[in-house]
Amino acid sequence: MYRQARRLLMLRSSGGPGGNGPARSLSTGLPAAPAEDATFVEAWKKVAPNIEPPTTPLSFMKPRPATPPSIPGKLTVNFVLPYQSELANKEVDMVIVPATTGQMGVLPGHVPTIAELKPGVLSVHDGSEVAKYFVSSGFAFVHANSVTDIVAVEAIPVDQIDPALVQKGLAEFNQRLSSASTDVEKAEAQIGIDVHSALNAAVTG
Amino acid sequence: MSSGAAVPFWRAAGMTYITYSNICASLVRNCLKEPHRAEAASREKVHFAVSKWVDGKPEKPIFNYLSCLHKIIKDECSSDCHLGGDDVHEINYQCK
Repeated sequence: MYRQARRLLMLRSSGGPGGNGPARSLSTGLPAAPAEDATFVEAWKKVAPNIEPPTTPLSFMKPRPATPPSIPGKLTVNFVLPYQSELANKEVDMVIVPATTGQMGVLPGHVPTIAELKPGVLSVHDGSEVAKYFVSSGFAFVHANSVTDIVAVEAIPVDQIDPALVQKGLAEFNQRLSSASTDVEKAEAQIGIDVHSALNAAVTG
Repeated sequence: MSSGAAVPFWRAAGMTYITYSNICASLVRNCLKEPHRAEAASREKVHFAVSKWVDGKPEKPIFNYLSCLHKIIKDECSSDCHLGGDDVHEINYQCK
């Protein structure tokens, strides 16, 4: 079985220029998404030439931008919350997201990534302006066409954080952790400590 | 490959991601400065009605509580509880 593996791998990878080609193209080489299905429209026109083909939801949406062949100059950021969209298609230079694996900087041409966010500071750098938001948790998706989607449940500008409340919360959750008995209580107390220490770092740092 | 990956502490304690995310969000909202805090408090509200079923008939529903959904379900519901009901009264119920 493994004797054939190398031959099969070579077939798949070199299938582009010669031979049948790989079964599916890699997602890095995708063109822009089509607004309507060309084969469906042709088939419809053959059957009912006088009636307009039905529109699908995809034709009302803006198509996915194509993956450019060279690294674009700016990053397009969409930062959305459940109740409002903070940034929509904003062109920026860099975004630093608080991923669970640490602060991650995203520049144009970043490798496509899905990152889970931890409570922390998200900073959007555009030229010399920096906009900082404290994000409670969420996800960041970086696509091959340098579009970054950041979704969070709650995000507040860092200057709207009240330091006194943060200290109070930190003390309260530390106390709850020491008096916690069940796993769930300990987890909730630990979450409280994580969030409040991140808030503390955001306010003072 | 990743079947033995380390789970986050909240999942090990039996909490789901949505619960974790909502707890984080409500903690962040509670640390806001004053005018924003009042606006944000309205975002935490959940409108629902809970009615207990007895002998196959629903009793009058407990009215729409406005916060801390998961705590209310833990406190009020036993196994014969059923979410439903048509009354739309609003009662301010803070569960801290």
